[in-house]
This record gives sequence, structure tokens and C-alpha cells, in this order.
Amino acid sequence: MDVPKTLEQQTMWRGVLGDSSQPVSGGNPGSGQLKVEMPNQALAIETTKLSLWYGTFQALFDVDFQVKQGLVTSLIGPSGCGKSTLLRSVNRINERLGYVRTEGKVEVLGHDIYAPGVDLTQIRSQVGMVFQRPNPLPVTIRKNILFGYHLHTPRPTTKSEDDAVIESALKEVLLWDDLKDKLNAPAINLSLEQQQKLCIARLLPIKPTVLLMDEPCSALDPKATAAIEELIWGLRGEYTILIVTHNMAQARRASDECAFMLMGKMVEHSKTEDLFVTPEHQETADYIEGKFG
Amino acid sequence: MFTQTAHNVQNYKIEGRWRILFLVMTALLILPVLIILTLLIVRGGPAISWEFLTAFPIKGMTAGGVFPALLGTIYLVSLALVFSVPLGIAAAIYLSEYAPDNVMTRIINLAIINLAGVPSIVHALFGLGAFVIFMEFGTSILAASLTLAIMTLPVVIVATKESLQSVPQAFREACWSMGATRWQTIRRIVLPNAVSGILTGVILEVSRTAGETAPIMFTGAAFFLPFLPESVFDQTMALSLHLFVVATQVPNVPHDLPYGVALLLVAIVLLMNALSIGFRVRLRNKKKW
Repeated sequence: MDVPKTLEQQTMWRGVLGDSSQPVSGGNPGSGQLKVEMPNQALAIETTKLSLWYGTFQALFDVDFQVKQGLVTSLIGPSGCGKSTLLRSVNRINERLGYVRTEGKVEVLGHDIYAPGVDLTQIRSQVGMVFQRPNPLPVTIRKNILFGYHLHTPRPTTKSEDDAVIESALKEVLLWDDLKDKLNAPAINLSLEQQQKLCIARLLPIKPTVLLMDEPCSALDPKATAAIEELIWGLRGEYTILIVTHNMAQARRASDECAFMLMGKMVEHSKTEDLFVTPEHQETADYIEGKFG
Repeated sequence: MFTQTAHNVQNYKIEGRWRILFLVMTALLILPVLIILTLLIVRGGPAISWEFLTAFPIKGMTAGGVFPALLGTIYLVSLALVFSVPLGIAAAIYLSEYAPDNVMTRIINLAIINLAGVPSIVHALFGLGAFVIFMEFGTSILAASLTLAIMTLPVVIVATKESLQSVPQAFREACWSMGATRWQTIRRIVLPNAVSGILTGVILEVSRTAGETAPIMFTGAAFFLPFLPESVFDQTMALSLHLFVVATQVPNVPHDLPYGVALLLVAIVLLMNALSIGFRVRLRNKKKW
């Protein structure tokens, strides 16, 4: 299957790769692997000249980064390269550390989230986050899923509404069959894989458009990792997913686009298969070959 | 191979000496507690009776019971808690959950810890100046309770703050990342998981307050009153002061009376501590992370 590309997309690609002399699309016959063609390639996240300081330490340097709606985009790079920091500036959860300073622009769905008058809780209902270590709340499975839903649904909800929300959220993360009979059990007793799926499930009733995942599989064994990857791939299309990972095989398997960061700078961002097969920069090539990191 | 060398033997010898040293130290620590408790029970036990708990002191406090002192201690401690617990918990929540991590907050935290180390006699003089004289409460239950409250506040704050901070940060991040406000996070997740620690702190606090003598003797506790207090503006007797009085100030007190009062005071404190430990164990068994 060949990928039909609009002129606009081609221009976008060239812009991303910083190479305007050669058309990129079609040059790689393998690019037909893009499994779902998104009709709308609007941007879900766009950062412009984003710089960030923790106190006097600069963690991000003028990062320009675009994430297309409905795709899975992975962020790779060695520890401390700023990928988690970049992820965490998209829902502004960095700010709870009082000494963080940000310059530049982060737009989610075309709206600057650092603009005055932007409500933090509204950002976080649009931009969900999954953490490295599964962090279900120390309450029942049921309450875990209803927590966010009730936060953003001010009127009292009926039990049947609640039940419907729980069922659809758990079905979406493929947990319903396993958990439907023990919804009142403490979430902490679940396996790590189930906990991480639950952490994804509890975001869904809030109806986010973007899901940020900060190394969601690094605490999991390979089998659980595969299950979570499968889930991420299933959520693709309906949600825009930005995933930070240390695991290059995972980035390669489970993302449409991949961005490589180094020392707080965005080095390279392209379609995953291009980045891994024909990286533009020497640093990228060295990193994906495992020469450092 | 695998046989002891002279070097090993030497190491084991040193190991053994240290082990014995630590063991002896521990024993020395426990010994006074055991002696005190045994002495109190043996010598004070015979003094304890129903009459002792429910009657007024008679014959110049050389006979009768300690009822007004027991009741006074309960009044003082309860009222002190009414003031210090809500205030202390609120302050701890602010310091732990809201305050930015800056120099000012650190100075405040340091000040609180130091406040906990201020000698109780200093608190007593402060209470005398602030509540009895300046606010014109007179020597009263109110003034004494407020003094106790001020004295116990730092301990409540520190205990509450510690138990709030023992709730993993990951839970807060989970809530915030779903768009919960700080208060929603505190109310729904942090407080329910910190409550066991807070309760423990508060109860330990009670036991400390019950034994304090200096802060109340200038501000509201009386040597002897032939009647019970009728309002918070009255003076009251208290067990701790009563013990001091019968042990040192009154002639011809039967020997077992002070021991009886001391035993009662210690029993109250130990009961409170046991309660607190029981609470903690129960609540800790319920939470799992």
C-alpha cells in the first residue's frame, strides 16, 4: 500500500527534517508501513522555541517539536536528555516544582497552554498522563476509574452512569473481563500490568485528546510490556499518544513517529522507520546503534 | 579452604564485644522503666480504690480521693486539644501541601521544630503573661488549656506533617495529572492515608499534655479546691500538680498516696499510648502500598 501524501504533508515533513532540497516522501518504499492513514494530520502538540530551566540548570534548549493528531510519537534519548521534561511541560505538571522557569510556547490543539487565563485543570482533562511506575490510587478499582470522571462531572452522577463509565473504560483497555467481578477490590493488589492498564483506563472517562506516557513499560516484564504496547496501538487514532521510552525496540515497534533528543536539544524527528533505518544525524545513528546512552 | 584463620577469630572477638556493649546499653535503658513501674504498682497499688477515683481529698489532702484532680486533668487536656489539633493540622497541611519550597518555608519549619524544644516553664510564663494577664482570662481552665495548646502545637504540626509526607508523591501526581485541585487531592487521597499517623501524633500528644505541670501551675491549676469547676473561667485541680503537692508540700501524707497518684497518672499516659499504638497497627494493616 502506498501512502498518499498531500503537498502540505510533504512540506511539513521537509520542515521537520530540515531538508528542503529533496522530497522525502515516496523516497522510501518501506514507508507504506504506516498502518492507519490519518485523514486529519493536524497538530495535537506543537512547541516553539521551548526552553526550560530547573533553577539555573537549563534542561531544554529552543525545542521545536510537533506531534500529529492521532499518531503515536515516541521520544528517545539518553538519560537526562530532557525527554521527560519535554513531556511534562505538555500538561504543565513540571510547575509544581517552584523553581521551574519556562520560555517559548507550547500549543495543545492550537492553544497556547502557557497563556494567561489558561486553566490548569482544563489542560489536564485534555492531556492525560501515564507514569513510569504504575500509580493507581490506594482505593478500589471502581473509585480509581471514577476519580477523574467525578472531578470533571460536577453534577452528582447516578450509579448506572458510573457503571457505564467503568465498563467502557475497562473494555477500552481490555481489562473488563478480568476485573468485572472485583471492581471493589483495592487497585494496589492488581498485577503491575493491570495497574498500568488501569492508570490508562482512569484517564479515558475524562475524554482527553492527548495521552502522555512517561516510560510506561519500564517497570514491567516483557510480556506485560507487549500487552501495554498492544493497548497503546489500539488507542492510536482516537487519542494522540506521546511516549517517552528508553527502549529503542519499543519505539521502533510501537510508534508512528520518533524523535531523538540529546542534551536538551531536539536532534531529529521523523517517521519511526526512517529514523531507525536512515538517521540524518551521526548522533542519532550512534545512539540507536547503542554506542552511547 | 574455608577454615577459620587467626584473622577471622580476631574479627569475631571484636564483633562479640560490640554486641555485648549494645546489649548492656539496652538493658540499662529498660531497667529504670521497669523499676519505676514495679515501684509504682507495689507501693501505689494499695492506694487505688473506687473511693480514691471518685472522692474529694479530705483532711488537708492526706486522705480521701483525687476526683477533682482527675476531672481537671481531663478538662485541661480536652480543651487544649480542641485548640491545638485543628490549628496544628491546618498549619501542617499548609506547610506540607501548599507552601512553596523556599527560604521562608524552611525558616518556618525550623522555627516550629525549635518551638517544640522550648522548656515548658517558659511556656508557662508566656501563658501567664498572654492569657492570664493580657487577655484577662485570670488563672482559669481556659488560660491553662491555651498555654498547653501553644506548647503542644509544634508537636502536632510536626507529627501531622510527617504523616502527610509519608503518603507517596506518586498519588498526588496521579491526582493532579487528572486535573484535581490541591484540596481535592488532599481531601480524597492524602488525608485518608495520613490519618493513622495524625491520630497517633495527637494521642501521643495527649499523654504528654496530661503529665505537664509547669505550664498549668501559673495559669489555672490550683493546689486545692473544695468544689468542681463550673466554667472554663474557674480554676481546677490537676493530677500532675496534685502529685507535686502531696509529695512535697503537705505534711503527714500517708506514704502510699503520692504513689497512688503517680500510678494513676502513668496509667492514663500508658493507656493513651497503648491506644495510639493499637490504632496505628490497625490502620497500617489496612493500607497497602
